[in-house]
Amino acid sequence: MSTAIYGLAALASLAAGAVGLHGLLGGAWTLTVPWLVPLGGLELGMDRLSGLFVAVVAFTALPVSVYAIAYDRGARSGMGAYLTFLGAMLVVPLAANAITFLLAWELMSLASWQLVARERSGGRAAWVYAVMTHAGFACLLVGMLLLAAGTGSLTFADWRAAAPALDATTRHVIFVLLALGFAGKAGVIPLHVWLPLAHPAAPSHVSALMSGVMVKLGVYGLIRIGLDWLGTGPPWWGVVVLVAGTFSAVIGVLYALVDHDLKRLLAFHTIENVGIILIGLGAALVFQPVGARELAALALVAALYHTVNHAAFKALLFLGAGSVLHATGTRNMEEMGGLIKRMPWTAACFLVGSIAIAGLPPLNGFVSEWLTFQALLQNLSVARPALNLVFALALAGLALTAGLAAACFVKAFGISFLGLPRSEEAAHAHEAPAAMRAAMVALALACAGLGIGATLIVPPLAAVAAELTRGARVPITVFGGVTVRVSGDFASVSTLTVAAALGVAVLLLVAGVRLAGASARARVSDTWGCGRIVQTARMQYTATAFSNPFKRVFDFFYRPRRRLDVDLHPESRFFVRSIAYESPTRSIFDDWLYTPLMAALGRATATARAIQSGSANLYLAYILAALVAMLVLG
Amino acid sequence: MIDTSLGAVVPVLVVAAGAPFVVGLTRTLKARLVGRRGANPWQPYRDLRKLLGKEPVVSATTSWIFRLTPYLLAATMLVAALVIPVVTSRPVLGFAGNAILLMGLFLLGTFFLALAGLDAGSAFGGMGSSREVAVAALAEPTVIVAIFALALRADTIDLGLVVERLGREPSLALNPAHLLAFAAFFIVMLAETGRLPVDNPATHLELTMIHEAMVLEYSGRYLALVEWASAMKLFLFMTLLANLFVPWGVPSTAAPGALALGIAVLAVKLVVLSTALALLETAVAKLRLFRVPELLAGSFALALLSVMAVFLVR
Repeated sequence: MSTAIYGLAALASLAAGAVGLHGLLGGAWTLTVPWLVPLGGLELGMDRLSGLFVAVVAFTALPVSVYAIAYDRGARSGMGAYLTFLGAMLVVPLAANAITFLLAWELMSLASWQLVARERSGGRAAWVYAVMTHAGFACLLVGMLLLAAGTGSLTFADWRAAAPALDATTRHVIFVLLALGFAGKAGVIPLHVWLPLAHPAAPSHVSALMSGVMVKLGVYGLIRIGLDWLGTGPPWWGVVVLVAGTFSAVIGVLYALVDHDLKRLLAFHTIENVGIILIGLGAALVFQPVGARELAALALVAALYHTVNHAAFKALLFLGAGSVLHATGTRNMEEMGGLIKRMPWTAACFLVGSIAIAGLPPLNGFVSEWLTFQALLQNLSVARPALNLVFALALAGLALTAGLAAACFVKAFGISFLGLPRSEEAAHAHEAPAAMRAAMVALALACAGLGIGATLIVPPLAAVAAELTRGARVPITVFGGVTVRVSGDFASVSTLTVAAALGVAVLLLVAGVRLAGASARARVSDTWGCGRIVQTARMQYTATAFSNPFKRVFDFFYRPRRRLDVDLHPESRFFVRSIAYESPTRSIFDDWLYTPLMAALGRATATARAIQSGSANLYLAYILAALVAMLVLG
Repeated sequence: MIDTSLGAVVPVLVVAAGAPFVVGLTRTLKARLVGRRGANPWQPYRDLRKLLGKEPVVSATTSWIFRLTPYLLAATMLVAALVIPVVTSRPVLGFAGNAILLMGLFLLGTFFLALAGLDAGSAFGGMGSSREVAVAALAEPTVIVAIFALALRADTIDLGLVVERLGREPSLALNPAHLLAFAAFFIVMLAETGRLPVDNPATHLELTMIHEAMVLEYSGRYLALVEWASAMKLFLFMTLLANLFVPWGVPSTAAPGALALGIAVLAVKLVVLSTALALLETAVAKLRLFRVPELLAGSFALALLSVMAVFLVR
């Protein structure tokens, strides 16, 4: 039963992917079914941007659904929610009026909430997710209603035409409300609190979709409001997005570094990568109004490219984490180790994903981060020192993020897959079944292809960017079939050349070392243990120890506390009976934002209880008073 | 055609063959400065030959990553030799991604080396890996901002074109902001190549060690490759410093005569830089590990000042 449904989902994804690609390459169409939903009817419209996001959703869902055939084998429920979730995510980017959009959006949220809430560990996660997603939905609803009231229409095409003429304050308010709603879904700091709870709690194939794709629809919304529905905004919109993106990127990866739950670590990296996407998008929103439309298009290509890439490698990593969870029954990295010996396929795929997400050449993460760097580096053509300083700091933030992400994936891969197994379960882990392996290999190949084949990926994305920047000339050219050039002579990149050069160099070295008369033998022995005979897993470095330097350097964000309990023998303090050590980290956002917010909310509701006596007469009086007030005011 | 192949082969040979000498020269000078005779500068070549001939011992705990890493690490350095201007200002692979690619290649090498450190399952390796990636990550922002400062002045991020532009216009290369970027870059070089005061390349017996702890499990030909790659990284960083901040005498063609001149000029610059490095390493003590971030934050501040100076004088 579950096999058939997931197989069906895979086939449907394939078809949807074809539709998306067609739209991405310029096949625009519209579809209206007036009777299907009230208030304007179902309205779908395809343009290049919609096509791109449909293709991203579908081509991520394809391997994920294949994976689920084996991962969720024998499941009796949850498939309906999965299909609804998938379908809603495909409709969101196609929606052409507010009703269709909001319906699909809410359906997507509810279906994913259902998939989280079904899990045993999902209780608190589901609750926080429900609260945050509905707060975001409320922002979207109010923002869209304001926009509809201003323009007199619920269709996006009318917004596009009429919104630029609205007065500035209304546009600012609408922008802020819609941006809050979309940023909440995208997991932008400080609206991210639900994300590291909900994404790991869901089953791994759902996590892959939530992290790889669903957050991207928040990005989709931000692109629409920043460049499309509201017309061109003032530069500060872009500065806000750029700064939020930089903070999300740096803080997201910092929290990932100290988290040793493999899936939660990946969830924090989603926050980081959305941050990187928003750095590109924010740069585009700054460049567009100050007359640097070519740079805006370049920054937008970078953001879109990273969106595509993140879907590929994040889905891959979540599926890898799912295979590990499947094999060992744990998400705690401190209980893993040595899995590369027992799960070679999963390990190799996870390694590819790690290299890709760390932005290392020649895989896909490198290309999009490279493009983002180029867009930021050219900010000097905008002669405004304050903006230039923001860009310089964003550059530094992006570079720090790249370094920290590489560090974090050394930890994630090194502690989980290398060394000695740290638990019985890890020692007896088994390789994932064929369907799961196939899905991971396909995504790993996608990561390699999106990196090495950059020259094929950039032109369609440039077309999307040109459409969104109202026909700006996109300063990206493909040169000689292997090189992507940016802004004429400014810079160029060729990942294919790099990959080939690295390959040739490794082969030359292998041959060269042999020719230089090196010994071809190798003796296999124990790890050097300073003279101790036995090496045990407990002598290894742990994930906690690995991240300790970061914990000390960035202690402002972690607020680590150290608790050391040494139980001494009552007779002599030289005999230690037990040592308990604990070093929990906290989130400044929980401490300084959400805890006070929840406390204030609690006080407010306690106050409001004063008018709720339970007496029906009193309530009727309230209704009467409200009615009179409205009639008088109206 | 001949020029292109010369341009492809010569920088790789210069970096591959010259790297151990820079390390050896620095060691000799350091020995002399503290009153020892020291080994002669060619000693690292003998060490490499000796290591290549020895049978490596590989831990049974390790995986293929441990064996692949030395080759990949050395490969990233060889490719980097084609990306930055070494003996000419028109590197053969200059089009392949430039400064950001260079950072990426170094980080790729560090990434795999750190994984190899964890692969044997010993505490030493893990400790070294953890510290190495921490230092590398904290050095990244300085590198990019310093590059940004240079790109601002030269109006391009192409390292070769930066060298040419600065060489043509000495006023760009000799202003204070450029010196700030130089200082920032120099500190980053110390951190990235594991020199004092960030790491001590002369020992693996301290608990504060970083790089040497990470590669403790390596022996034989694998160790030879790792040591050689480290030497190449130092060589590449020094070359970059020399050519970006003293941009004179770097030919823009790969004709045989120009190449010979380029090699000679580079040799002079590197001898001067090695001497400076030896002097510095003799004068300073190693910093405590948790003081290193302060040093790197300082270098970041210098780089940012260099960027701000561009806006102020514009």
